[in-house]
Amino acid sequence: MLSYILKRLLFALPIALSVTVVSFMLVYLAPGDPLNAIAPADAPADVIQALKSAYGLDKPVPVQYALWLWRALHGDLGTSISSGRAVLGEVLGAVSNTFMLAIVASLIGVCMGCMLGALAGYRRGSWIDKIATTLSVIGVSIPHYWLGLVLTIIFSITLGWLPAMGAGPGGSSDWVWDFEHLRFLVLPATTLCVIPMGIITRTVRALVADMLEQEFVTALRARGISSTAVFRHIAKNTAPTVLAVTGLQIGYLMGGSILVETVFAWPGTGFLLNTAIFQRDIPLLQGTLLVLCMIFVVLNLIVDIIQPLIDPRMGRA
Amino acid sequence: MRSLLKKMPAWLTALPLTICLQTGLHAETVAKYGISMADIPLTTGQPDRGAGAYQFTGHTIYDPLIAWEANIGNRPGKLIPGLATSWKVDPVDHKKWLFTIRKGVKFHDGSDLKASSVVWNLDKVLSDKSPQFDAKQSAQVRPRIPSIATYRAVDEFTVEITTKNVDALFPYQLPWFLIGSPAQWENMGKDWSKVATQPSGTGPFKLDKLVPRERAELVRNASYWDKTRIPKTDRIVLIPIPDAMTRANALLNGQVDIIESPPPDVLPQLKSSNFKLVTNVTPHVWPYHFSTYPGSPWTDIRVRKAANLAIDRNAIVKLLNGLAVPAKGQLDSTSPWFGKPSFKIGYDLPQAKALMAQAGYSPSKPLKAKIIIAQGGTGQMLSLPMNEFIQQSLAEIGIQLEFEVVELENLYLHWRSGAKADMNAGKDITGINLGYVTADPFYALTRFVDSRYIAPNGVNWGGYSNPKMDTTLDTLRNNFDTKVQDGLLAEVHQTMVDDALMLWVVHDVNPHALSPKVLEFVQAQHWFQDLTTIRMK
Repeated sequence: MLSYILKRLLFALPIALSVTVVSFMLVYLAPGDPLNAIAPADAPADVIQALKSAYGLDKPVPVQYALWLWRALHGDLGTSISSGRAVLGEVLGAVSNTFMLAIVASLIGVCMGCMLGALAGYRRGSWIDKIATTLSVIGVSIPHYWLGLVLTIIFSITLGWLPAMGAGPGGSSDWVWDFEHLRFLVLPATTLCVIPMGIITRTVRALVADMLEQEFVTALRARGISSTAVFRHIAKNTAPTVLAVTGLQIGYLMGGSILVETVFAWPGTGFLLNTAIFQRDIPLLQGTLLVLCMIFVVLNLIVDIIQPLIDPRMGRA
Repeated sequence: MRSLLKKMPAWLTALPLTICLQTGLHAETVAKYGISMADIPLTTGQPDRGAGAYQFTGHTIYDPLIAWEANIGNRPGKLIPGLATSWKVDPVDHKKWLFTIRKGVKFHDGSDLKASSVVWNLDKVLSDKSPQFDAKQSAQVRPRIPSIATYRAVDEFTVEITTKNVDALFPYQLPWFLIGSPAQWENMGKDWSKVATQPSGTGPFKLDKLVPRERAELVRNASYWDKTRIPKTDRIVLIPIPDAMTRANALLNGQVDIIESPPPDVLPQLKSSNFKLVTNVTPHVWPYHFSTYPGSPWTDIRVRKAANLAIDRNAIVKLLNGLAVPAKGQLDSTSPWFGKPSFKIGYDLPQAKALMAQAGYSPSKPLKAKIIIAQGGTGQMLSLPMNEFIQQSLAEIGIQLEFEVVELENLYLHWRSGAKADMNAGKDITGINLGYVTADPFYALTRFVDSRYIAPNGVNWGGYSNPKMDTTLDTLRNNFDTKVQDGLLAEVHQTMVDDALMLWVVHDVNPHALSPKVLEFVQAQHWFQDLTTIRMK
């Protein structure tokens, strides 16, 4: 098991290094000038040059990358060009806000997805299966920007039950886990959860349907084992795949949905990325991408480590 | 019963007192303002994010030496004394200006305003050798105060500023330059990022709380030096909501009381729900700026005039649900600098076609031109639908437009580089569509017509050069009589319109939507707004 974990960790290192290269270089491909974020549109050439020098943007790109990587390894992701604040602080604040949203959305999405998927798998061809399949297709294909707006119009504007935007009455810095604050989570989390719900419903349905055809299930039933115990066996066999899919989904949600966070003005990573992209705030963009990619890498690593604990065959493979 | 009666006077005394205390405890008036920016503008002294940001973290926390009158809405404002009670040019050396600093003014941290504070602030943005120099603040304001050469404190309350050349319009540059507290910078360990959270100016509001990207809370400065501008609301909460529809939803839901730029589609719903829509003449124009370099199809004045006559601007205003006014030139016709142009801009299709015919073009033999436009962004209004409207309108008179669509940030690069630069000329781009702020003589007029400012030395994008115009500008720079200046500026604008330097389409009206809880908000005819005028129920 230890060698398996070490192997996984070693695999993760080149991935992490590639991530730093891609995070750094990708932003240079987009047209535009990062200094537009700080200099007025009609800033003269000498002002632009002075700023380039102040932010180290006058150095060759490989040199900028080496300096950036060295600082990143020491926990310094630089300073945001547009706000002048430390990128690490900006990103961590946004990550914690998105984490809150992603966890709630994932919990709803995974629970609903597992429940609907299992029901549909057990009752293939029935009306339950048709409803679950329809819901999963809707969840995967509905435009979330549109869904967010519709939910806002219904529950915020028309009924006035829930707030339309923001992360709490006093902003995310004053967040506490009480009813008044949780109201702000309901609409964005509901909008976001339909994606994992749809995907997990489809995955679980297919797995359960497949398991029910397996010989070991027939054998279990032939031995007169109760249907609850059979279900437990099926759940254990489907768990590694569901876990892998869930890990990916949490990773996607941690990336923050740019559109959903923009619709609800939720100060998470999607909102931050959106701002950074439009302002050509290169240090902020690079830092955010790096942190998000690393979260993705770490999540996958965790899933890779947990999977053999549930199914030892994977560790042996 | 008797004991109750005995206690009655005490109850009667206590009741109003309790009510007063209760009222006192809950009396704070709060206005929540949904702003269209993605973050709170810089709070250290010189706001970033353009002219529209000054109303939020500029003229609220700080004051300039010379201010712009922004608490009136029924006429254009004018320059008024700010932290300088008076200013005058040296009668012998017209490059020297003397400013008398207002006495008895204190920064929010309690330190005194003196001439040395002004010099310290000038060093902060103009002298990169000074310890307080801040590249970011410098980048914001240096392009807005290009005339300053040197400066010094003459005595405790007099500052002398010398300009690079004689420039009678220099005072118009100073509302952009704000004065912060040197003592607070020292108190914060000489760290601008710390000053950002606890800034100290002399303005009518103090910053109480800053949560980056989420909110800034400004509270009334009860001891503000200008008693006519004591804020009418105790606390203003600025909440960045960049998405227009989300802003409108927040207003409809009661989460905010005021929003900037409501989306045109939501206006009927806002009006039917008793929300107020406030608009005013705004120094902004949405034009096509033409290249006049040889080879450009716009070198022929008949073509430029024809384009101006081919646009049904009222239809564009309708497209924007009324959130614009038709342009008759670079400036709104109510501006004191509008003048009396002989070329009357309006919708006259037969005349436009006749001019095109004279120039040798028709719909069957069209003139082809490429215009660079943005897909959207600040100041660009409904960029794509409006550009498509122009494209169809010009096709009717035989001008076939092709668009190069880029992001706004990229458009700025093309703008700064000028029409002659390879990135424009190399792609046959001969016009640029960029919303212009037209707040003062430099921003509205001189930067576009002065041959000294031909790009890349400035933003005379199309390379317009007119010796008569240059002579007028020289006279203007050397004349210190405001009335004469106004006349000369009107002359400049007249020439611009008569030369049809641009295709002027509409002016923005800077719409704001207010909840019924907002009793008063004076919208100035400017990008600078005065938040002290907001009064809540």
